[in-house]
Amino acid sequence: MSEFRRRGDRYVVALAPDEVRVLRKVASEVVGLLTDGFDHSDPVVGRLFPEAYPDDAPGAAEFRRYTEGDLKTGKIDQAGAVLAALPEASGEVALDAEAAEAWLRALNDARLAMGVRLEIKDGTDLGAELDVAVAADPSSSRVFQLSVYAYLGYLQESLLNAMID
Amino acid sequence: MGGMAAPQVAPVETPDTEEVPAFDRPWVTIVWDDPVNLMSYVTWVFQKLFGYSREKAEKLMLDVHHKGRAVVSSGARERMEHDAAQLHAYGLWATVERS
Repeated sequence: MSEFRRRGDRYVVALAPDEVRVLRKVASEVVGLLTDGFDHSDPVVGRLFPEAYPDDAPGAAEFRRYTEGDLKTGKIDQAGAVLAALPEASGEVALDAEAAEAWLRALNDARLAMGVRLEIKDGTDLGAELDVAVAADPSSSRVFQLSVYAYLGYLQESLLNAMID
Repeated sequence: MGGMAAPQVAPVETPDTEEVPAFDRPWVTIVWDDPVNLMSYVTWVFQKLFGYSREKAEKLMLDVHHKGRAVVSSGARERMEHDAAQLHAYGLWATVERS
């Protein structure tokens, strides 16, 4: 797996073809979720757009009215920043500070979405989950999704570390 | 955090009326634990959004992690809604309530 490094004022990673494909897929899925597929009853949407007032429905609705449009636009834009920076098939991605932050946030959105679908809980041991899923069916979608989820966390952490250094 | 772009979040619309006096701080923004956000990321968000020191941001992150929730800011209601909206933009699970 590739990791981000700082080079001058850029954050750089060399992506293999599989990584480019996965990143394009998850970023596109986030865009789809926030555009055509936008549905408040979807628990993923519930996680990306939390209720500010869980015990006050009118207050929650008003907060949403004021904030949801900008929040949605921001999330679509940051997923778009990932798609825009990806190479055609494989190769280097070099992000300036603004793009790096967009990637960081977009990777986080993608992990949040996958975390809901995969039912990741506090204390979930990803390695153990993966072992169980592989034992059940190594070619299952869950094996693939868990692997992607782990990869996105690894990539996000490497980008954050490069930004903090 | 020098050189970082400002978060692309528009402020919550703030009415001119209902001004809360500065000394009166009846509202808080709360961040809740969730199983996905990386601890290092949550710390970074607190530093970036609130200008907290690394030490303070880390302590808040650990409070969220161990106690399930932590008050991350307090003040006028409109200000707390602004903070919650920004935290949502970073993917943190934030709510607003009266302290």
